[in-house]
Amino acid sequence: MSDLENTGAPGVAVDPAALSAAAQAQLKKVKKQKVLLMGKSGSGKSSMRSIIFSNYLARDTRRLGATIDIDLSHVKFLGNLTLNLWDCGGQEAFMENYLSQQRAHVFSNVGVLIYVFDIESRDVDRDLATYVNVVSALVQYSRDARVFVLIHKMDLIQPSLREDVFDQRAALVRRKTAEAEAVMRKHQQQQLLLQQQQQQQQQQQQHQHPHPAGRPSPSPTPEPSIHLQLFATSIWDQSLYKAWASIIHDLVPNLSVIETQLASLGVAIDADEILLFERTSFLVVSRWTSREGDRNPYGDRFERMSNILKSWKHTCSKYTGTPRNAEQFSDFEYKMGAIFSMFATKFTTNTYILVCMPPGEARFNSAKLNVAAARSWFKFLDGPVVQAQPSQATGYSGYGEVTNAVEA
Amino acid sequence: MENQQRLQKKDGARVPDPTAVQTKGKPRLLLMGQRRSGKSSISSVVFHKLPPSESLFLESTARIQKDSLSSFMEFDVWDFPGQIDIFDNPNVTFDMDAIFGEIGALIWVIDAQDDYLESVARLNSTIFHLHRSYPHINIEVFIHKVDGLSDDYRLDIQRDITIGIQDELSDQGVENAPVNFHLTSIYNHSIFEAFSKVIQKLIPRLGQLEAMLTNLCRTCRFEKAYLFDVNTKIYIATDSTPEDMASYEICSDFVDVIIDFTEVYGSWPRSGQWRERLEGEPWCQPLEDQVACEWAESGMVLADAQRPIMLRQVDGFLALVAIMKEGSYDKIPQINMNVDVVVKGLTEFFEITKPKETVVTAAPGMVSPGLVQG
Repeated sequence: MSDLENTGAPGVAVDPAALSAAAQAQLKKVKKQKVLLMGKSGSGKSSMRSIIFSNYLARDTRRLGATIDIDLSHVKFLGNLTLNLWDCGGQEAFMENYLSQQRAHVFSNVGVLIYVFDIESRDVDRDLATYVNVVSALVQYSRDARVFVLIHKMDLIQPSLREDVFDQRAALVRRKTAEAEAVMRKHQQQQLLLQQQQQQQQQQQQHQHPHPAGRPSPSPTPEPSIHLQLFATSIWDQSLYKAWASIIHDLVPNLSVIETQLASLGVAIDADEILLFERTSFLVVSRWTSREGDRNPYGDRFERMSNILKSWKHTCSKYTGTPRNAEQFSDFEYKMGAIFSMFATKFTTNTYILVCMPPGEARFNSAKLNVAAARSWFKFLDGPVVQAQPSQATGYSGYGEVTNAVEA
Repeated sequence: MENQQRLQKKDGARVPDPTAVQTKGKPRLLLMGQRRSGKSSISSVVFHKLPPSESLFLESTARIQKDSLSSFMEFDVWDFPGQIDIFDNPNVTFDMDAIFGEIGALIWVIDAQDDYLESVARLNSTIFHLHRSYPHINIEVFIHKVDGLSDDYRLDIQRDITIGIQDELSDQGVENAPVNFHLTSIYNHSIFEAFSKVIQKLIPRLGQLEAMLTNLCRTCRFEKAYLFDVNTKIYIATDSTPEDMASYEICSDFVDVIIDFTEVYGSWPRSGQWRERLEGEPWCQPLEDQVACEWAESGMVLADAQRPIMLRQVDGFLALVAIMKEGSYDKIPQINMNVDVVVKGLTEFFEITKPKETVVTAAPGMVSPGLVQG
């Protein structure tokens, strides 16, 4: 603190990003994503949901009972993304119900399917059979959905064996997914053939019933293979945050805008790494790393940060007696001698920012001021719909493409 | 300052600490108790940072496990296999002097979730044996694995065990044996707190340390200050305000947060290029001169009532952690100056109280700066 007067040198002015009004408005559009959480009963779906979104501690999840039918929850994430989380109770009766009566209701318009396997399950074949059915239903109703398979409760496997066990199970799941997909595709092709035959027949003999399959005919274009990602997870370590951060990452709207702006902020304040966290879940929404920061040997540091800060938040809530989901700390700074400095602070209403940077008091203080000044750039992260929708909402098909126009 | 001198006088007048007289080398902690009561788990969690959930995989200890820990002071931890009865063993006779001669404390672990009658009986016979030859050994009973039990039940068990031991001892004619009880679990902070209490009894001139912290708290309006051993998160001293578990927990977790951050961002070497750029224009100063403090310093403001927590590293092993009063974040510069003085005082304190031979072995140059784990 002694050389506070020294701040003259590094006063880096940050140039605001040029965003047109139309693009601004588009950024503010609220997105809804349907997220299915499925898996066998007792595999840990509700536990992980409570940890990520309700700030439960791992040991608190023992209190949770079995989920009955579907537990619907809306999670507001970053202000302009709402996750419709369908926590589907995994008992067999429910599963059958989802796959039969409620099939269309459950599996249509799905953005993400998260399927949880219990690594300790006795009946792997049966689990996989259910999984295959679920994937088939998903392919049928929401072919663009992403699938995340979490091999859960890995903490119950000895650390030395974890990798092998996971690889084995992952290979199995991949094979089954491919099989399920192939079967569906074949099925659909058959259906297509059947239709064509029937159409031909119809043309030949004009008094024919409509074909028995009541659902809309599948498009003839070759189906893209499922976007499948597998993770080994456990609620007792940071692996859960890794999985959820990548699930969330693809859903975050305006990701490329956030990334560009974070990068210019990082360059301006001479940081080594910047992480942007969502306020309640403390999942890493976006990050930027300098070339020097890239040399960091800890590849898992992002989920580690989530885990550390989340459990810190919990400690604070216990100490202050405030609710778990309340905001717990506003400012944090840490100067590690001549090695590095870092600070974390409340950034926008829905985010926290963590900056790791080279040592130096003057550098540190000016970076803090600059980050405070940069807040207004990121206001759109919190924005619910404020302005009317722009007229050209045409490019709004996928998550990534939204902001291409803005960057150009 | 007056306060400190007074305390020093009082300390000097006191009968010399029996443990300090007995121990020529390092003080020793003995972990004993029935098999599967959790001794190895305790020593792994506290001294080797094993995540508590992974203590499930620990093998049963077959022979005496000797650990040597060098921290602000050096001490040994001996983990005894539960199945061996050292006083009544037909095969081997143990050298009692070698085991108990330099002992700092005997920690007896009782599994509260199991039938503890046998363990209590063995503890009684142990105390009885020790009391004759080594009357000054502190006996610390850890009533362990209480995390699964309700508060009422915990107290019931503690009462039951306490009475069981005291009755038996007074029947045997052993009066005023130095037996202390702690309710512990590796799944929360209680085990660290219990160890803190045990270790504090082994520190020479603890009163002096406490006076320094009390003074700091008064001048800087801290609510509570702790001096932590960073590696084990045992606190070796605190100020004189009443102790509460909550403030210990948050301070200890804060140390954890700092250690984790340090590991991720501070434990790998930066490139020469990076350093060159930072020391070049417009700074023109070596990095070491650009920082105010060569050790770790940190502050965190809690959202409720704006209560800050601060941390300052004293040396390679110790860190000062304090909870400040509401709204004192603006006064940080002045507080930092006060803390600087206290930190200097603490460094001198440990310089003086360190036994001479350990000063020689642990040259100051060997201690790497930073909170990096050893």
